[in-house]
Amino acid sequence: MSRNTASDYNREAAKAIASPLLQASLQSLQQRFGKGAMAIWAGLADPEKRKRVKASRMRTLAHLDIILTVLADKVRERGGRVYFAETAQDAVDYTLAVAKKNEVKRVVKGKSMTSIEINVDPALAEAGIEVVETDLGEYIVQLAGEPPSHIIAPCIHKNRKQIGTLFAEKLGIEFSEDPPTLTRAARRALREKMLNAEMGLTGCNLACAETGQISLVSNEGNIRMTTTMPQVHLAIMGMERVVATMDEHRETLELLTRGAALQNISTYVSFLGGPDQDGGRVREFHLVIVDNGRSKILADPEFREVLACIRCGACLNICPVYGKIGGHAYGAAYCGPIGAVVSPLLDGINKHADLCKGETLCGACRDICPVENDLPRMLAALRHKLAYGSDQWQTRQHDPAEAYAFHLWQQLVTRPALYRTGLRLGRLLQWPFTRKKKLIAKMLGIASGWTTSRDLPPLARRSFTEIWREKHPKTKGPAQDGKTGQESGTEKESRP
Amino acid sequence: MSEKPVSLFIQCLVDSMFPEVGEAMLAIFDRLGIPCLYPAGQTCCGQPAFNSGYRREATAAASHFITIFEGAEVIVCPSGSCVHMVRHAYPLLFADQPEMADRAKAVGEKTFELTQYLVDELGLDDVGAHYPGTITYHDSCHLSRGLGIFTQPRRLLDKVDGLNLIEMADSDTCCGFGGTFSVNYPEISTAMVDAKIDNILATGAEAVVGCDISCLMNILGRLSRRGEPVKVLHIAQILAGAGQGEQR
Repeated sequence: MSRNTASDYNREAAKAIASPLLQASLQSLQQRFGKGAMAIWAGLADPEKRKRVKASRMRTLAHLDIILTVLADKVRERGGRVYFAETAQDAVDYTLAVAKKNEVKRVVKGKSMTSIEINVDPALAEAGIEVVETDLGEYIVQLAGEPPSHIIAPCIHKNRKQIGTLFAEKLGIEFSEDPPTLTRAARRALREKMLNAEMGLTGCNLACAETGQISLVSNEGNIRMTTTMPQVHLAIMGMERVVATMDEHRETLELLTRGAALQNISTYVSFLGGPDQDGGRVREFHLVIVDNGRSKILADPEFREVLACIRCGACLNICPVYGKIGGHAYGAAYCGPIGAVVSPLLDGINKHADLCKGETLCGACRDICPVENDLPRMLAALRHKLAYGSDQWQTRQHDPAEAYAFHLWQQLVTRPALYRTGLRLGRLLQWPFTRKKKLIAKMLGIASGWTTSRDLPPLARRSFTEIWREKHPKTKGPAQDGKTGQESGTEKESRP
Repeated sequence: MSEKPVSLFIQCLVDSMFPEVGEAMLAIFDRLGIPCLYPAGQTCCGQPAFNSGYRREATAAASHFITIFEGAEVIVCPSGSCVHMVRHAYPLLFADQPEMADRAKAVGEKTFELTQYLVDELGLDDVGAHYPGTITYHDSCHLSRGLGIFTQPRRLLDKVDGLNLIEMADSDTCCGFGGTFSVNYPEISTAMVDAKIDNILATGAEAVVGCDISCLMNILGRLSRRGEPVKVLHIAQILAGAGQGEQR
C-alpha cells in the first residue's frame, strides 16, 4: 500500500529531491530539451506530420504479425538470422548461445534499453564474458555500477566532478573535470575495447520491413564501431519497433531525433541488415525480436497505443514528476511517464503500482509526445486495474481500504441530503484542529500526507449551498435523489 | 448578449471550503445582468474517484450529475478540472451505455468553465472589474492542456482596471496537487509546489490567481506553511471586483 508508508518509490524520490546537484541537472535538462521539443512541434512546417506518423505506427501495430514476417524474411535474404524471443529469458538464452558458439570473450554494447529490460548483461558476465558499454553516458553509469536514469541521457544524475572522480578511480587517469579531457580518456579506453571484442550487442531504434534493415542513431560514432568491428553483431529489438516502409522510416526518424535531442538528424544513422557481403569483418548478424509481454499489450485496445512509442524520451524532459525525482526512483528499466505506463504492463501492475499512481495526470507528456500518445489516459486505465483487480492482467486489488473509502464516498455523493449532513458533521469534527489558526496545521490519518508540509483550509462556516438557500428562502430543500431540481426556478427569484 | 440563465455547477471544494468563490461568480453574473440558477442536489462530479481508478463509483457520481444538470440550458463551473471531467471523462465512463453516453454528451456540450463561458460564449473580455494590485497567473493543467484555455483568463485579467499581471516562469507546469497524489506522495507533491511557489515569488506579485481552487488550495497550503505573505485568489474573486476573498 502506498499511502503514507515509505514505499521504495517515495523513499527514492525523497533522496532525489534532497540532492541539489540532481535537481540542478534535471532542471537544466528540462529547461533545454523539454522546452526545445515543444518549440519544434509548434514550428513544424507540416503540422500533420505527428498525426501521420502516429497513424502509421497504429497501422503497423494492427498488422504487426505480417510486417514482422516480412522483416524477418528480408533480413534472412540478406544473410542475417532472426530469432523471435517470447520471453526475456529466451532472448538472453539465445544471446548466450550465440556468444558461446563464437567463443566470445568480450561484448561491446551500443546503448539499448531493451537489453536492460531483458537483463542480459549479468547473464553474459556470469558466463565469463566481459560486457562494455560504449555509449559515453552508459559507460559512465556502468563504471559506477548504476542503472541509467534517463532513456536517452543515462548519466544525467551525475556531474562532471563526480565523473572525474569516477574516471580517476576506474581508468587510472589524473583527476580532471574538464569534459574534453574526460571524453578523450573514455574514447581511448573504449577504442581499445571495441577493436578487441568478438561481439557487438545493440538495440534497434527502428527496423524497416521493406528493406530488412535496422537503423541505429548515435552522436558518438560508437554504434558504427560496435556494429562493424566485432565479427558478430547481435541486435535486440522490442517487437513493436518496426515500420513498414522506408517512407515511414524517414518520417518516424525525423520525429525521433527531434524529440530525443532537438536534432534534425543525429550525427550518425547506421543501417544494418546482415553480415558483410564485401569482405568486411562482420560474419554474423542476428536480430532478436523480443515479445516479453508486448503481445498482451497489443491485444488490449486500452493499452495498444503505448506500443506506438518511438522511445525518444521527450516525455521525461517535460514531466514535472520526473523533473523532481529523476529516473532511479521508478525502480524499473523504463522510467519517466513512458516507464510509468509500460513498466507495469511489461513487469506487473501490482509490482509497479506506485508508478501507476505516482503522477498528477497533468498531461504535459501527452503534449510533448511526438506520436501524441495519451499516457495520462493509460495511467488512469492502469489505476482502474488496481482499483478492482483484473484477471486479464493478473492484477489483484491494490488497496482494499482505499476501495472501501471510495465506496463510502459514492454513498455520499449520490445522496445529497446525506452529503450535506456529512459536511455539517465534518465542520463539527474539524473544530479541535481549527481552534488556534485559520488554517489547519495538523491532520490525522490519510490527510496527514497533506499537513506534513502544507496547511489545510478548513470547511467554511457556511457552504455555498447554505448561503444560496439563505438568499433564496422561497425554494425548498434539496431535490430527492434522482430528481432534477432547480433551487431557484425563475429569474425573479434568482436575481432579487 | 445571451439571455440564457446560467446554472451554477459549484465544485465541491468551492461549496464546502471556498464559498466566497461561488459568491464572486454570482456577483459577476449579477453585474452582467445574467440570471443564475443553482440546481439542487449537486454534490461532486466524480473526478476524485475517476482519477484514482474507481470507475464504478465515478460512474455513479456522473449519473447523479447528469440527472441533476441535464435540464439546464447552460452550465458554468468555476473549475477547469471539473469541466474536463464532465466533457472528457464522462464519455469514457458510459462507453458501453449508448443512452447514457448521449445524455453525457449533451450535458458536456453545454458545460463551460467560467472564463471560457465569459470570453468564448458571451464574447466578453471586460466584465467591468476593478482590482488594484500586481498578480501572477497559474495555468491549471486540466484547464490549459485539457480544455485549451490559456488566453481567456488573460484576456479577462487584462481588462481589469488597476490590475497588473506579471507572468511567472513555467506558469503551465503542474503545481503538484494531483488529487490523492498529494497525500499519497507528499514529498514529490511538495517539491513540485515549492518549484511553483519559487516561480510565483520571483515575480514579486502580491497575489497568485488561478481558475481551479484545488490547485490554489495546494499553493495556498504551502505558502501558508512557508510563511509567505502572497495572497491566493480564484479568478472569480478578481472579476467580481469587490476585493473579497482575502487569503484566510
